[in-house]
Amino acid sequence: MNEKHQKSFTTVKSYRPFHSRYDPCKPIGVKYYSTPPNLFLGFQPPNLQQFSAKEALKKGTLWRFFYDYYENPYEKKGR
Amino acid sequence: MWFYEKKLQYPVRVSTCNPKLAKYLIEQYGGADGELAAALRYLNQRYTIPDKVVGLLTDIGTEEFAHLEMIATMVYKLTKDATPEQLKEAGLGEHYVNHDSALFYNNAAGTPWTATYIQAKGDPIADLYEDIAAEEKARATYQWIIDMSDDPDLNDGLRFLRQREIVHSQRFREAVEILKEERDRKKFF
Repeated sequence: MNEKHQKSFTTVKSYRPFHSRYDPCKPIGVKYYSTPPNLFLGFQPPNLQQFSAKEALKKGTLWRFFYDYYENPYEKKGR
Repeated sequence: MWFYEKKLQYPVRVSTCNPKLAKYLIEQYGGADGELAAALRYLNQRYTIPDKVVGLLTDIGTEEFAHLEMIATMVYKLTKDATPEQLKEAGLGEHYVNHDSALFYNNAAGTPWTATYIQAKGDPIADLYEDIAAEEKARATYQWIIDMSDDPDLNDGLRFLRQREIVHSQRFREAVEILKEERDRKKFF
């Protein structure tokens, strides 16, 4: 991958929603949202690194840069 | 014209009989941000968009039908052989009354698909921005379904579909850049 286009960002962000003492549900604590790689590149530059054809068919993209595995962020935290 | 290849874009596996999950998944079949809405939106908009991006809408619109077929297979497998009792327990009693186990274009809450979900404004920027939004909304829907699902085989297919939404969003964003570009014009500032 071009030096310039190394991943210098995160694809999961979080924030802490305000919780009032009058809110009946147990506070969720942290809320998560995705910010996938396509938000950060603009027009795709030439010569980005590729997956092998076989791998690409499995992953859903030819380009390593755009690959973004998703898992339930709340489960990971063991909630 | 289309050529049909008699196989799925990505293999669909389902580990358990789980009609409840089918009820959630149907959102991506006949929901506002589902694959049917996406395919029909793009394939219709392409007639009145600048030539440079017509091909992109054709390609992505076509792929959405391949995704629709994957969702249909998932829903079918999750409900195949389920008894009326099991469907009822999963909240699909109303569906059974109207459709038996047949698939139908409605969202997770049972509201039938409507063309008001999609737009063709005729303004290239407005249309492409709607398409970008549709991809991001579909991506989010896949995330919420993965969050609710405990079927690893199904999630594997859903992750593939989510990844495709990301790539499509990227290509629509590039289409906007192409239409903004001044490159080939004799314009001096």
